[in-house]
Amino acid sequence: MEANDKILLAHGSGGKLAHDLITKNFVTALDNEILSRMDDAAVFEAKGRLAFTTDSYVVNPIFFPGGDIGRLAVCGTVNDLSTSGAKALYLSLAFIIEEGFAVKDLQKIVASIKATATEAGVKIITGDTKVVNRGGADKIFINTAGLGAIADGVEISGINAKPGDKVIITGTIGDHGIAVLSQREGLGFETKLKSDVAPLGNMVAEMLKVSGKIHVLRDPTRGGLASTLNEIAKQAQVSIRLDESKIPIREEVNGACEMLGLDPLYVANEGKMIVIVSPEDADKVLKAIQKNVYGKNAAVIGDVASDHAGRVSLKTALGSSRIVDMLVGEPLPRIC
Amino acid sequence: MKYTTEFRNNEVAQALLSHIRERSRKKARFMEFCGGHTVAIFRYGIRQLLPKNIEMISGPGCPVCVTATVDIDKAIALAQEKGVIITTFGDMLKVPGSKSSLQKARAAGADVRMVYSTLDALQIAKENPEKSVVFLGIGFETTAPTVAASILEAQETGVKNYYVLSQNKLSPPAIKAILQSGEVKLDGLICPGHVSAITGAQAWDFIAHDYRIPCVVAGFEPLDVLQCIDMLVEQVENKQARVEIAYRRGVAPEGNKIALDLMSQVYEPAPAQWRGFGVIPGSGLKIKKEYRQFDAEEKFEIKAAPVDDPKGCLCGEVLRGVNTPLDCKLFGKVCNPESPVGPCMVSSEGTCSAYFLYGGNAID
Repeated sequence: MEANDKILLAHGSGGKLAHDLITKNFVTALDNEILSRMDDAAVFEAKGRLAFTTDSYVVNPIFFPGGDIGRLAVCGTVNDLSTSGAKALYLSLAFIIEEGFAVKDLQKIVASIKATATEAGVKIITGDTKVVNRGGADKIFINTAGLGAIADGVEISGINAKPGDKVIITGTIGDHGIAVLSQREGLGFETKLKSDVAPLGNMVAEMLKVSGKIHVLRDPTRGGLASTLNEIAKQAQVSIRLDESKIPIREEVNGACEMLGLDPLYVANEGKMIVIVSPEDADKVLKAIQKNVYGKNAAVIGDVASDHAGRVSLKTALGSSRIVDMLVGEPLPRIC
Repeated sequence: MKYTTEFRNNEVAQALLSHIRERSRKKARFMEFCGGHTVAIFRYGIRQLLPKNIEMISGPGCPVCVTATVDIDKAIALAQEKGVIITTFGDMLKVPGSKSSLQKARAAGADVRMVYSTLDALQIAKENPEKSVVFLGIGFETTAPTVAASILEAQETGVKNYYVLSQNKLSPPAIKAILQSGEVKLDGLICPGHVSAITGAQAWDFIAHDYRIPCVVAGFEPLDVLQCIDMLVEQVENKQARVEIAYRRGVAPEGNKIALDLMSQVYEPAPAQWRGFGVIPGSGLKIKKEYRQFDAEEKFEIKAAPVDDPKGCLCGEVLRGVNTPLDCKLFGKVCNPESPVGPCMVSSEGTCSAYFLYGGNAID
């Protein structure tokens, strides 16, 4: 198959073209001993507690500053596994491709998936490809499911947030949402900002190494920091108090948000983790995060309290307080 | 100059607040006209930082909020016409009309597209010559010149399928209506920043002169708002009433002549229906005869009968500053951002939405 070819309906038919597409582009590129057996089901050994998750990726545009739909499809699922403290082991990978999609773009996406999977230390062991009529999908959609192993003694869940805990964010917020928006048709604005899309498994492993008192891990993707913290506050029946002046936000993100009428607290991230940890371990964990390449701007941004269960509040930059509610509606569709 | 962090500096804010607390003795009620100011005030919790003798109330300056139900019904009716593409700023999508909303019309198959600029709407018209592309002209003096510019651009480039449903409004007549009604007594007005960038601060001279009310034009960052309040307090304490600018980086006394010329070239003032106010003379912008080929009201026979506002909804009173959202029985119960009853809950600049999202006047 030539790089300037287009994907045809027959590529998803299960026949020869489909076989060629899969062997030449996917199996070769993503090579590992389980995938290359080419069986309909991947077979592997597993022991102990496992974490399992799935997510679909429909980001528009598919290539954006700092990443692409392929990197996103690996990171999103790997990071979801990481929120349980699991080490990501295996991913499934399913494409829904619009007829006429450029093969060279598919190859670029697969290469990006390979690079990201290698970085995340995860193997892609099963997959599927469907091609739909032109207009039946927008270019390419990806679904990944992920399986990870949880070490003994690791108990991480949104219900574990406790009064007194510290809230850490592992870096600047809003980078992904604004980077993607900056590329949108009809909205294009110039910015050097890049999406933060990154696999956070290593960072989480390093945190777990230094502390056994991490209570909650959550990646603030759609709905941003504000919505994710609201979910945790409701889940654990606690309140969360943020300090606006401590929340790391890039100047470009602030500027773009002003222009577009958005609040960075609600803008999506794809390479950030909210960490809720016992106060005595907060420093240790923060330092471990800051040593990671994706955690340099990590900061303690607030704490957990027992009053007003389910509420997130914010001490504003001017010292007053206000409520931080969940995101309502959908100001930024198809951000991931 | 980065234009955001500098204007959120806490040290400067505390200095301004100290000055306000030191200087302010008289009871004073200030209204912010503009929805952008309402949001800034709530987002930074400014009300709770002010001395108790200063009362802040929100005014009618949210363009989506003041759009009458009948005008929303008109837009929805147009969206349902065959071969019509509706282009609009995003806030309008969710505003409930009497039976539906543009968002629901879109889900039912109407072609409704969100744009960030009138020129994007014009581009859509150029790319879809077989369709009629209608832009919903909503907004105050801030957006009206860009709508006018799109009409002129359409004429110049020979675009024959671009129309504007002109519901743009002028701000000064609305403030005048509030002051004339005598429903609320005001001791100072936070004048809109971006409207004033077009009209110039001079647009508010009549308030200081005829009604003896201090006026200060403000920007939208917390320091802008605090500086404005500080200047209003100064005028109140000194029994002055004049127009000042606390937003010199954006606003000149005489405004933006090019924008004003564009407006007067394309539009003429006309009576307009406002939610909560009824018809305010000279507060609307009608497309002039010379440009009527671009006027959606001329091109289409739009059927929409005037309707009453939803029962129990206090949006009208909230817009006039007579009530706060907390006075409304629907607020937070039947009416919330997910299923809004009135437009003040829909728009990101609406007073009800700000109360709901940021927790009202203060949180304990």
